[in-house]
This record gives sequence, structure tokens and C-alpha cells, in this order.
Amino acid sequence: MMNSKHSKIRWGFWIFFIPVFLWLFLLIILPHIELLRMSFFERKTGFTIANYAAFFTEPIYWLTFVRTATYSIIVTFIVLVIALPVSFYVTKVSGFKVQGFLMVLLLLPFWVSELIRVYGWMILLRESGVINKILVGMGFWNQPVEMLYNDAVMIMGLVYTSILFMVIPIIGVMESLDDSLIEAAYDLGAKKMVIWQKIIIPHCMPGIMSGSIVVFMLVLGSYLTPNLMGGKNSLWFTQQIYNQFITYFNWNQGAAFGFLLLLMSSGIIWVALRLTGQQLSEVVK
Amino acid sequence: MIRSLPKSNAYKATYSIFIILYFLFLFAPLFVTCILAFNDSMFPSLPWNGFTLDWFTGAGPEKIGIFNDKINLRSIGVSFRVAVAVSALSTVVGTCAAFLFEQEDFKFKNLLYFLMLAPLVIPGVILGISILLFSNLAGIFFEEKLGMDVKLFSPGTWLVIMGQFSFITTFVALVVGARLKKFDKTLEEAAYNLGANRFEVIWFITLKFLRPSIIGGAAVAFLMSFENFNTTLFLVGSEATLPINLYLQVRDGSTPVINAISFLLILSTSIFAVANLYFSKKEE
Repeated sequence: MMNSKHSKIRWGFWIFFIPVFLWLFLLIILPHIELLRMSFFERKTGFTIANYAAFFTEPIYWLTFVRTATYSIIVTFIVLVIALPVSFYVTKVSGFKVQGFLMVLLLLPFWVSELIRVYGWMILLRESGVINKILVGMGFWNQPVEMLYNDAVMIMGLVYTSILFMVIPIIGVMESLDDSLIEAAYDLGAKKMVIWQKIIIPHCMPGIMSGSIVVFMLVLGSYLTPNLMGGKNSLWFTQQIYNQFITYFNWNQGAAFGFLLLLMSSGIIWVALRLTGQQLSEVVK
Repeated sequence: MIRSLPKSNAYKATYSIFIILYFLFLFAPLFVTCILAFNDSMFPSLPWNGFTLDWFTGAGPEKIGIFNDKINLRSIGVSFRVAVAVSALSTVVGTCAAFLFEQEDFKFKNLLYFLMLAPLVIPGVILGISILLFSNLAGIFFEEKLGMDVKLFSPGTWLVIMGQFSFITTFVALVVGARLKKFDKTLEEAAYNLGANRFEVIWFITLKFLRPSIIGGAAVAFLMSFENFNTTLFLVGSEATLPINLYLQVRDGSTPVINAISFLLILSTSIFAVANLYFSKKEE
């Protein structure tokens, strides 16, 4: 390599290495070690596993945890089911002229902050919101209905805020799918479902995996959408962490919750990567 | 199914309706938010009471428009400062990382690369709390052992910058790294043969080649920082950033001034995004 030819200029390496190492060491490694240490610590007794014990003995904690995980998987699945036909339309069905325009349209809303997009849904759906005003005004309903603050609307909100991260990687792999494969299957009499099952989905698998991982991660760690659109009973695990840190000022308990969430998210991603035989470094491309 | 194949009219119609519904779903909330910024009403809702610019320019006492709203203006200022600092820092370090992983070889390179990707799969909330815990520890250490009260370590603007920098740098590194992969090494070799040193080669040749991706990376970093909520939530001190400030107002009920802010943000990010897309297309 270049280094062997110019062995004196090893300082070039250190100029790149030191800032990167400081970044990863001071802001990623050490904080997470501290997170782990704090989760096993208590002010009076020192080392303890009480913070983790509390998680398993208090049903509200682990129920929220299980709920968050289950809903995140459901949201990821819904996002996938909607994203597949949308990506297919943009890459394979729409005319070549509108394709670029559709891509811009798909991307645009996601440059806008999550908070504003959620706020938009709130003014549409709430009891005094736009949809209620229109429907009551037109005589469909006698009186306004509260459509916010329930699980269904929260799931819709989570789908809305994360779907782009599924659409983009799927479009990326779908573009490389050779049309003649679909034509050949069609000529041989394959039904649409069979073409999807045997040709399109297997081809798109890398994009589907990386999209699913990103969406799952985002949904699992989201705070705004469940908080603003979910009801009193739709507690999200990030809210439990927030409560421990900010409301109860119990940082040790909060650290334990944070570590459990980190463990679950990396665990599920690891299993997903293993099942499909992919590497993290390939997926992030 | 695809362009070249025949399809029934019913199929075509259903598919088109599905796509139209999808785009309606995407744009309805944004569209309504923008429209209601101009409604002459105290609430962000219908009925339509006529067009007004009060939520932009109103000076009170009833309607205070965004241009006269001190609290919101201040939080926009905070967000702007944070975003400038984060994008500057993460562009420099992210570019270093791109060089490090594309052009250098060293022990544990794969391990370090894996660590660099880690922020992509760590939820933002977790990054926020672990950096809060660690900076708190560092603060205690400096105070007890060295007798120094370091403001840097208590929640506030600096900590927010650090928290956002910790994961946004990864995105910049990936954007710049992707471009560096396409770099033609013979250009560097030629410069070396003509007597340039490593520093000159990087400065005059490689960085010139990387410029569009560095600008693109900085732009992405700026936007990500400006909009960040999850990590910031735990690190923010008395000076709230715009997303935090808006969140409190949205949660506790609000006036259409939020619509006015949203309108301005949607407008500027759209221009920003289209410009970014246009320039990256042109570079290709």
C-alpha cells in the first residue's frame, strides 16, 4: 500500500486516527460502560441487581417492555406490506418520466421533522380537529369523535414516521431486478402472487432486511409518536426510561431499563441478521 | 404487472388508487398544517375564518406571530447554533473517519469500523442517557479530584452538541466514505511521483474530489441536528432547542403559531432538500 512506499508519513494516519478514536472512545464506549455500571449500582449498598429485579417483579415494567417489542414488530410488518407495492410502482410500473418526480415526492415529507408530522396528524384527528369538523359539517356524524389517543392511531403514526426507511432500501434493490425475469414468468403462465413470491421478494431480500432493521430500531426507540398520539394506556418503554430519569430522578433504575432496551434491540437485530445470513456492514449500505 | 406486460383495467385502477391514497396519506398532515397557519382563528382547526398573516407578523396582545414570539425565536436560535456546531464538528471527524477506513490499514480496523456503525443501531434515547450519565461522572470527578466546576459536563448546549455529534458523525462518515471508494488512486500516485507529500495530495487532490460529498454530508448533519429530539431530550439544559420547545407546546395545547413555524420549516427544508438533490444529480 501507500504506507510502505512512504513509510515516513505515518503521521497522516494519526491525524485521522486520533479524532475518530476520541469520538468513539469518549462518546460511545465510555458512556455505555458507565450505563452498564450505573445499572448495577445503588447509592447506599453499592453493587446490586435490584434494578434488574425490579424490572421482572413489577408487571408494569416488563409488560410495557413486551408491548413495545410486540408493537414494534407489528409496525415493521405493516410498513413492509405497504412499502413493497409502493416501491414496485415507483420502480417498475410508473412511466419513466414521472419516476424522478415520484422519488422526490416520496422523500420530501421525511425531511420535515417528526414532531411537525405528528402535529399534522394531531390537528387532523383530534376531537376539535379538521376531519371531525368536515364530517360533522357534512352530516356524516352527529357529534365529533375523539380519534386520537388510542393504540390504532399510534400504530398508524409510527408507520407514517418510519415508512421511508423501508421504501428507500427496497427501491434500491428493486431497480436491479431484471424485467425479463418477470416477463418470462408471466409468459410461462405464473400468477401475480407466484411472481411476487418466487421472483420479486427473494430478489429484494437484502433491501427488505436493512429496511426492517432500521424501521424496527426507530420504532422501538421512538418517544414522540407514542407520547403524543397514544392514549393513557399506550405506554412505550422509552417513556419508562424518561420517567425514571426525569420524573423520579432514579438514574440507576433508568440505566437498567436503558440497558435492557439496548440489549433487546441489538439482540433482535442480531437474530434477524443471522437468520438471513447478512452482515451489519453490508446492511447499512 | 410491469410496464411491458398487459394488465387488466381493474388491476390498473386499483393500483393507481392505492398509490394516490398513499401520497394523500403522506401529504395530508403537512398540507393541513400549512393551510391552517393562515387561518384567522385562535385554534389550529376549522372553521375557516378568513386569511390572515397574524400568526407570522402579529404583535399581540391577542395574537403573537412567530416574528414577535421571543421564546420560539430564541429556541430557533439555539437550534441553529447547535446545528452549525454539530455539522462543522461531525463533518471534520466524519471525513477523518472516511479516510481512516478507506485509505489506512491498522490492527483492529474491523473492530473500530463496527464501533463506528454502532450508533446506527443504538436507539437515540439510550445514547442520550448514557452520555448524560458519563458526563455527570466526569463532572463529579473534576469537581472532587481537581476542584474544578466544569460547566461543559452539566446538561446544556454543549452536551446537546456532543450527544448529537456522537451519532451524526457516522452518517457523514458513510456519505463521504462512499465517495472516497470511487476515487481513482492513480491520481494520488501521479501527484506523489511529481513530488507532492501526503498533506498536499489530500489537500489539493482528494479533498477536491470529495467536495460534493462533504457538502452533502454537512447538509444532512445540519438537518439531522436541527430536528433531533430523542437524544437531545435528556441532555438539554435551560436553553431548549426548537423540537423540545415545540413538543412542550404541542403536548399542552397551542395556538396556530406552531403552524406558522411548521410552515416556515416545511418551506425551508423543501427548498434545502430539492437544492441538495439538484446539486447531487448535477455532480453525478
